[in-house]
Amino acid sequence: MKPTNTKNPEYYHKVVDCQYACPAHTPVPEYIRLIAAEKYTEAYMVNWESNVFPGVLGRTCDRPCEPACRRVRVEEEPVAICRLKRVAADNKGDVKTLMPQGPFQPNGKKVALIGGGPASLTVARDLAPLGYEVHLFDEQVAGGGMMRSQIPSFRLPEEVLNEEVNYILDMGIHTQFLTYVKSLKEVLSQKYDAVFVGTGAPKGRDLPKLPGRKEGDKFIHIGIEWLANVAFEHTKSISEKVIVLGGGNTAMDCCRTSRRLGGKEVKVVVRSPFDEMKASPWEKEDALHEDIQIIDNHVPLSFEVENGKLIGMKFQKVKPVYDANGKRQLLPTDEPDVFIEADEVLIAIGQENSFPWIERDLGLEFDQWGMPVVDELTYQSTHPKVFFGGDAAFGPKNVITAVAQGHQAAVSLHLFCEGKDLRERPSPFTNLISQKMGIHEWSYDNGVAIDQRYAVPQAEKTLTLRDRKKEVELGFDVPTAFKETQRCLNCDVQTVFTAERCIECDACMDVCPTSCITFTANDEESELRQKLLVPAENLSQDLLVSNELKTGRVMVKDEDVCLHCGLCAERCPTSAWDMQKFLYSVTKAYQMPAPLPQIQK
Amino acid sequence: MSYLKPLFRHPKLPKNKLGYTLKEYEGSLSTLCAGCGHDSISAAIVQACFEMSVEPHNVAKISGIGCSSKTPTYFLGNSHGFNSVHGRMPSVATGASMANKDLVYFGVSGDGDSASIGMGQLVHVIRRNLNMVYIVMNNGCYGLTKGQDSATADQGSKSKAGSINPFQAIDLASLAIELGASFVAQSFSGDKQQLVPLIKAAMHHKGFAFLNVISPCVTFNNNPGSTKSYDYVREHIEATSTLDFIPEMPEIKASYEKGKSTKIAMHDGSLIQLNKLETDWDPEDRISAVNALQMARAKNEILTGLLYVNSEWKDLHGVLNTYHKPLNRLKESELCPGVENLNAINAGFR
Repeated sequence: MKPTNTKNPEYYHKVVDCQYACPAHTPVPEYIRLIAAEKYTEAYMVNWESNVFPGVLGRTCDRPCEPACRRVRVEEEPVAICRLKRVAADNKGDVKTLMPQGPFQPNGKKVALIGGGPASLTVARDLAPLGYEVHLFDEQVAGGGMMRSQIPSFRLPEEVLNEEVNYILDMGIHTQFLTYVKSLKEVLSQKYDAVFVGTGAPKGRDLPKLPGRKEGDKFIHIGIEWLANVAFEHTKSISEKVIVLGGGNTAMDCCRTSRRLGGKEVKVVVRSPFDEMKASPWEKEDALHEDIQIIDNHVPLSFEVENGKLIGMKFQKVKPVYDANGKRQLLPTDEPDVFIEADEVLIAIGQENSFPWIERDLGLEFDQWGMPVVDELTYQSTHPKVFFGGDAAFGPKNVITAVAQGHQAAVSLHLFCEGKDLRERPSPFTNLISQKMGIHEWSYDNGVAIDQRYAVPQAEKTLTLRDRKKEVELGFDVPTAFKETQRCLNCDVQTVFTAERCIECDACMDVCPTSCITFTANDEESELRQKLLVPAENLSQDLLVSNELKTGRVMVKDEDVCLHCGLCAERCPTSAWDMQKFLYSVTKAYQMPAPLPQIQK
Repeated sequence: MSYLKPLFRHPKLPKNKLGYTLKEYEGSLSTLCAGCGHDSISAAIVQACFEMSVEPHNVAKISGIGCSSKTPTYFLGNSHGFNSVHGRMPSVATGASMANKDLVYFGVSGDGDSASIGMGQLVHVIRRNLNMVYIVMNNGCYGLTKGQDSATADQGSKSKAGSINPFQAIDLASLAIELGASFVAQSFSGDKQQLVPLIKAAMHHKGFAFLNVISPCVTFNNNPGSTKSYDYVREHIEATSTLDFIPEMPEIKASYEKGKSTKIAMHDGSLIQLNKLETDWDPEDRISAVNALQMARAKNEILTGLLYVNSEWKDLHGVLNTYHKPLNRLKESELCPGVENLNAINAGFR
């Protein structure tokens, strides 16, 4: 193998599994260390710089970082990254003074943002400090988009959302709420330099062809519409017997909200097997905890209506069958169809994009599925002035993805308005700095805690079911949060190897607790992987290969289960190994001057 | 500075016949200088014991004083240990072996502990052919007292401060062969591929197994001009053979070039498979072993690998013809002959 090029920022970035897995690439270990040091304000700002909504995400994020956490490979459970983020948000001090302070020197450019959700707000935050005149349009009464209309208050209190939305709007964003944009043509005619579309995936899927759908219409609701009606207090109650169709997180929000609005027998009925439901495991757990029955392997057949009133639904029982490629098919079983009683039904079987307001003659192409043709790097549509981001660009995903896309779209908008090439994107901000403080001292806490993951306490069910707005999760208290932070392995503190200094004493190889380091003759990657002390079978993890050493061998380190404990560097007599903190901040239109503001406690 | 090794290990760490991983053979985190050759030797002992599937509680490690003698803390944390008086490890080992001959004994010593203060003890334990593995972690200097030349420092070797050693060096391997050690090998801490099988063979040898391992002192004796530095040793190393230790009689699969491959049977049926690199050398012939060492010295080479082995000689227990059971396991009924027998014995002297 060729020596690893660690000059490429993506190499060390990939070692930080959580950050690499995060769509917005938030520097997770960095803020976890700040939480451990009780520097909650700084921890919040590290988050805010990267993901814009730490308080919201600390409660509701899909957390792609957690399954990626190295801890999963070393023991079992990942660090509770998401809930630690909330600790920073809950305990922070004054953050507003650390944010870019307006009024900003205008640059004479004007942009329109359609939709007021996470993607648009991110674009607004990134462009406002550069002097753009930002106009944001949304049909709701306030900003936040689906974070406001779809995430129930018992998971995300309104104050938290308002606070973080307002940090952005207070940067001098011109907002036009309660304004449904009816025509893109009209917007384009208003001399904006660029337009960003972040309208999400606003249309809930229906089951229009299912028998009884029309007759029972009064008692059948589309999940996301119903959730929005609850959020804006148009809907205040539901009947006692409720069926929720669907197995995603929206279904979980629907059933749990139903329990709070009067639903006594709430059942989630889903086509797929329980383990394959789209909902996050913790959301399923929370639903079960609230006495909601989840009935899997049932396909809806009909709505049963009697005397103009819905009495329930009929389902066919199915079983999953997998072909050789692992592709699933749901085949009917011989068992008789099942009737389940219900007074009301919520349909939460997915959502779709919908662009009735975009004229098809603007030069903005749509594909065969009615989705705009959007460049995956630049987020530019085929109309050069129009950019997309969030669910509107590539279909429904999640908040953190919307934020990540917002950042990139903002970069493109800025390049576009400056007349530059959209494909020549500025490099990410990176920094690699030694953590050495003395002969064997590091400026990070390199001890490895063996603690198991700590659970987040929840409020009493009797209280939370009574009040729709009462937050269920209480968040970590400070002592527990500290213990949880200690589980973080500091994967961003990189093991940096300098072959020229190595005297091949084997000390690092001998001391490494997880047998990551091997000195051996070089070979092809597949051969090399087998030759290590413990074969490197996890192909998703890279090998760090050094230049040739004096004896002709090379040092090969399997990054897979490295604990970043620093023992290799402590036992190295020549500092051929050094522990260096790698900071990676994604390219943004407006890079905060000090990406990680440091203030004294 | 870290004082504790993290408890996590690679989840796919291999297991030996007992179901143990390397972790069960490790000791505490070393407090020796970073890069010390001794740590590599400790790691080789851990590896050898793991591969031999030894029960850790059937091993005793005994040492004297010095950097080398500290190392038993850093390997085999689940075994017995005795950190004795400077240079007196052989006496303690002899006593322990007398009491319980069933254990595997590792005597760990350094060049000061063996070639200076403990020389008197070393020569006698060799004579007695005590069944043990005696490892000298040889760095040619007194590392614990700031690196003065030791008795094994080569004549002409330059110290870190720049002074040249005017005295002849004691060649421990030659000495051991001369005094009748039944297993003598020499190795280098930086060559585990050679060291691990040598330790395994030494553990299986019934009798005194002497391993002189050159182990650079990174702090005081790794400078240019030193003959015990990593660079010097790597440049001047010359192996007698490549060696495999085979615990049980195997089917012979590989065929070696004629005249170069030798198999040495050990008393318990295990086998040392040697692929000879030196031609005029026969590991079972003392004269050729001494010659090979002298030849290497004349050429400024450091001869490593197995030098001499003799599986015929009786070990100390064999010479003394001790009881088949370890003495520490004999009960009063076996030890006390009873009044009648005692009277009969006494009568025999009248």
